[in-house]
Amino acid sequence: MYDTIFSMELPVGEHIKLLRNRISNTEDIKNSSRMSIVTGIHGDEMEGQYICYELTRRIENERDKLKGVVDIYPAVNLLGLDNAIHTIPKERLDMNHIFPGSPDGSMMERVAYALIEDIAGASVCIDVHGSDIFTRESLQVRINEEFAAGLMEYAKLMPANLIWKNPCPSVAASTLVHSMNCIGVPAFTVECGVGNTINTKYGDRIVDGIFNVMKYFGIWEGEAVHHDDTPVCDDSSIDFMRADKAGLFINSMNKFGRVKKGQCIGKIIDVNKNEVVQEIIAPNDGILFTVREFPMVYEGALLARILVQEVEK
Amino acid sequence: MRQVEVFRIKSPYRDDMVVHGYTFGKGQEAACIIGSMRGTEIQQTYICSQLVKRLVELEHNGNISANKKILVIPTLNPYALNTSRKFWGVEDEDINRAFPGREMGKTNERIAKRLMDYVKDYTFGIQFASFYVDGEFMPHVRMMDTGYQNTSLANLFGLPFVVVRKPQPIDTTTLNYNWQNDMTAAFSVYSGYNETINEERAGQSVSAVLRFMTRMGILRYDCLSGYISHVINEESLTNVYAGKGGILRRLKDIGKEVKYGEPIAEVIDPFVGEVKETVIAPTDGIIFFQQREPLVNESDVIYRIVRRIHE
Repeated sequence: MYDTIFSMELPVGEHIKLLRNRISNTEDIKNSSRMSIVTGIHGDEMEGQYICYELTRRIENERDKLKGVVDIYPAVNLLGLDNAIHTIPKERLDMNHIFPGSPDGSMMERVAYALIEDIAGASVCIDVHGSDIFTRESLQVRINEEFAAGLMEYAKLMPANLIWKNPCPSVAASTLVHSMNCIGVPAFTVECGVGNTINTKYGDRIVDGIFNVMKYFGIWEGEAVHHDDTPVCDDSSIDFMRADKAGLFINSMNKFGRVKKGQCIGKIIDVNKNEVVQEIIAPNDGILFTVREFPMVYEGALLARILVQEVEK
Repeated sequence: MRQVEVFRIKSPYRDDMVVHGYTFGKGQEAACIIGSMRGTEIQQTYICSQLVKRLVELEHNGNISANKKILVIPTLNPYALNTSRKFWGVEDEDINRAFPGREMGKTNERIAKRLMDYVKDYTFGIQFASFYVDGEFMPHVRMMDTGYQNTSLANLFGLPFVVVRKPQPIDTTTLNYNWQNDMTAAFSVYSGYNETINEERAGQSVSAVLRFMTRMGILRYDCLSGYISHVINEESLTNVYAGKGGILRRLKDIGKEVKYGEPIAEVIDPFVGEVKETVIAPTDGIIFFQQREPLVNESDVIYRIVRRIHE
């Protein structure tokens, strides 16, 4: 059942709304385990939209197995999604930098605050992101180092390619998951794909993981989906490969996975001079899990990330 | 005056983005002044250009104090200014959310790091900054409450207000915050405008910076004393919100005194022209900030009022 949990009037004949799809077989919400799935904080990340659809479809197919409450927030940055813009369109602010929001702040700060208030008390919260349009990401769980110990057992339920403990922007202070963890709701981020597209294979795996988490919290009585142990890493165990030169990045890797030290990941070419200005070579054996998607690069642009060493299993 | 290259970023197609600074005097690195970081900060760029012009005259007349060096960097982001974009580059990253920067980080983090390395030895850091909401401020000096801020020094600019802001997580990546953490006495000067040039306010900002540098012994320059600044904590300002969405009709202008209960704005229905809401002053005071956009959302801040003071 879709509820409007927050609404504000835009200037010309429209309201901005924060919608929640609540799926439950019980009226006793307060005493039930509750999972919150949030998507659409960034308007160019579409992966979560498919996940909302697929999760709902699979629950409805076996509705009698649902023993708790699943709350889905499909479009938090509604205007960003509608315009395929990463940020809040008018202010050009990253919405994942304004949590926990404010009851008397700007319109989107109020949306952020309303979301936090609505999720408060949940058993667990998963914030589903896609990547932006610049890099392609393999399926990963991101957790803030500050809360990593308490989140690890939930993160490991996701059939991801890696679990990354880091203070990167998607899990740092002023993000949704940080704010939720601060008020006692275990929360982590799932990230995959590339901006403005949907990868249904990743989407299906994320939904599998969501069912695993639901089962862990007694929200779902179906079977768990088994998967291999997921490597866990932090920033110290990742090679970050960035552009030293401006130009066009030509990707040599057509899939994620193991790479050998010395293997060519791609090259940067200067179209004007018709020459290769930088070859991107893997400095170590490892697992490629991020690669540049948008060809044009300036010095500093992220080209690839390679997991070179696991912190723990 | 000496033109210096602060740093350079190469582009696949465009001319190199060369960030220039202009130095005056020699010796101890006394004051660094920085203009725009965003492509919407045109007034800030203009103010710096006018400051450079004045400093050329002052240097020519021997008014820079001995053993004092001044650096002015009019813009860190000419690319965005030339394309009317707010942020930097194809990835649309905000330079003023990348401090203190990283040598091997993203492009905007590298820009921030190179700037910090270049200006780290200056005693005073002054930035002409902008607010994320398009609106007009009373001229003021803004400081972060990092524990290192000194409002007495900020008073020496002689602007009407000094505002102290309690930093939020989003503020910790700004130049002002990181300058202060690096033990540079940092001030953000808000002239009140961004994308339009206001000559009067630009002149006021130039005078404020020259006045400050004179009072700190960096310049020898005779100028009026300016204001004895009213120091306020940002959280003490009273926000006035639109209760409905529509077209905003302001009834009071910035800097004007308002009385409790007085109508100060109207929200007009965009289809039939009727007044949907009359916005009432919730307190006596002076309007410190006003929204400039003609369309308002429900809950947008229309005004911010300094409570219980009079003109």
